Amino acid sequence: MFDIPLQVLLGQITIGLVNGCFYAILSLGLALIFGLLNVINFAHGALYMLGAFGVYLAMQKLGVNYWWSLLLVPIVVGAFGAMIERLLLRRLVGLDHLYGLLFTFGLALVLEGIFRDIYGSAGLPYPPPPALRGLIDLGFMRLPIYRVWIVVASLLVCFATWFLIERTRLGSYLRAGTENAKMVQALGINVPLMVTFVYALGAALAAFAGVLAAPIYQVQPLMGSNILIITFAVVVIGGLGSTAGAIATGLALGVIEGLSKVFYPEVSSTIVFIVMAIVLLVRPAGLFGREA
Amino acid sequence: MKTSTVLLITLAVIGVIAPLTGLYPQFLMKCVALALFAVAFNFFTGNIGLLSIGHAAFFGMGAYAAGFATKAWSFTPELALVLSLLVGVALGIVMGGMAIRRQGIYFAMITLALAQMVYFVCVQAPFTGAEDGLQRIPRRSLFGLIDLSNDLVMYTFVLVLLIAAVWGFQRIMESPFGQVLLAIRDNEPRAISLGYDVQKYKLSAFTMSAAIAGLAGGVKALTLGFAGLPDAHWTQSGNVILMCLLGGLGTPLGPVIGAILVVALESRLSGLGVVQIGPFALDLSSKVPIIIGFIFMVCVLLFRRGIVGEISAAFASAKARQSPAADAEKKSMAS
Repeated sequence: MFDIPLQVLLGQITIGLVNGCFYAILSLGLALIFGLLNVINFAHGALYMLGAFGVYLAMQKLGVNYWWSLLLVPIVVGAFGAMIERLLLRRLVGLDHLYGLLFTFGLALVLEGIFRDIYGSAGLPYPPPPALRGLIDLGFMRLPIYRVWIVVASLLVCFATWFLIERTRLGSYLRAGTENAKMVQALGINVPLMVTFVYALGAALAAFAGVLAAPIYQVQPLMGSNILIITFAVVVIGGLGSTAGAIATGLALGVIEGLSKVFYPEVSSTIVFIVMAIVLLVRPAGLFGREA
Repeated sequence: MKTSTVLLITLAVIGVIAPLTGLYPQFLMKCVALALFAVAFNFFTGNIGLLSIGHAAFFGMGAYAAGFATKAWSFTPELALVLSLLVGVALGIVMGGMAIRRQGIYFAMITLALAQMVYFVCVQAPFTGAEDGLQRIPRRSLFGLIDLSNDLVMYTFVLVLLIAAVWGFQRIMESPFGQVLLAIRDNEPRAISLGYDVQKYKLSAFTMSAAIAGLAGGVKALTLGFAGLPDAHWTQSGNVILMCLLGGLGTPLGPVIGAILVVALESRLSGLGVVQIGPFALDLSSKVPIIIGFIFMVCVLLFRRGIVGEISAAFASAKARQSPAADAEKKSMAS
């Protein structure tokens, strides 16, 4: 097909799938936060960046290995998110949702600015953990183990989050809270606590993606802002209707982007936005969207 | 006196006094270009209540259009500026046409994503000079008569453009068209039920805003002689939002004041360089994004109405205290 070697094609699909995993985790967190706080979290990219710097600094300064970081960094960033929500974002409840967006925009500038000031714009390398180095030879292609791990770990985390939201009691409270917060509050459920929890969860998800990303991309202060805008496009394409929709759209767009690198590289950096434009023209509510 | 006339006079006075204070013409022209951009942004977001995070696309493409036309096709400045305005119109119709199909936060995200697409086009397209941008754009002479190479002449020319834009937008808001825009902002379903084609109004307003944002880009390219990727980058959209937020979103003069403040802040901070405070050396030039972000957070948390908005609100409450009757009237209107 178009004289493209199968190896290259499969390689790009793998890379696309890996990127798709990041899009999926990030848009899932974004969708959760939007659902309950009515805030588009512009700081999501910065939280992702914090995750990557978290794993890097944990190794450099504290000698903490990758596996512990994978567990601890999301918890720390989640706690940071909870603090931000409690102390600052909470003051914007009831205002036009644009203010939440503008506030988190400023927060992102501050966070990225601080890291750029200290570490510069050059990328810092982080080696993958020894257990995940090397390649698997499938016969027709060689697969880097770390990329396989990203896909497996992301899908597990996405599934766990989906299960939490769609299949547990807490999840049903959360979903009810997005429909009618006042009613849920009246039923004796602590909605403010739930809101804090959701922001922390979204932040932790973003940081988790950042930790996963550190060994394959360079750890860099602005790594979050570019992926964030693509994530926005993913959210627009998927619509904020369902958690499963966010995950599926994220993965699919990653693969489409990967394929575009093989067939028409010039367009690969904009393909996600082109898909977004087409989807908007055909289905303004997004593929999984509920609102008309 | 009509608000638009008062504005016209105020701006003209400020604009004429500014160069007499010994400020650099380069600095003043940058203020004017960005004020024009902020005024354009404010016309849409301030009056319709939909946040666009994609206005850098118009600004950047306007700058490229004027720069390229002047350099490669030897356009005169007025033709180059008309071209950048038309580029704004064309982009505005396309981007607006897609974005206004969705409400609120979706609108914001769509404008951002579309602007990012424009940015990537700018990175790859042949006419932009990629990383280098278009440098040393000549100013030539206006209508082939007035030589613009003199900074003061150029400044006067762009100041007139800014005043015309502020006055024009204010006149539009005082017209029936503008009143419908306000009605849409306040209660869209009601405007629809009154029979207005809301989408068409929104798109027209968006396109007008895009047109002047494109023009602002052209002004920037001609005055500073440079058009580049930073003009089209989304941080430029963030900048213009900050200008309006700081000065007062939705107020006619707020964006101008906000733009002056932000430009002054950026040039002051990066000009200060390393500051020694006791044993601590602080490199302020690298702290600009942090400080800008911090101002953003403070504005949103503490004074959302912006400088002009807060002042006029203070005036309004002082007036109300003086005349209890007016206050009572206001209360009955509010309830």
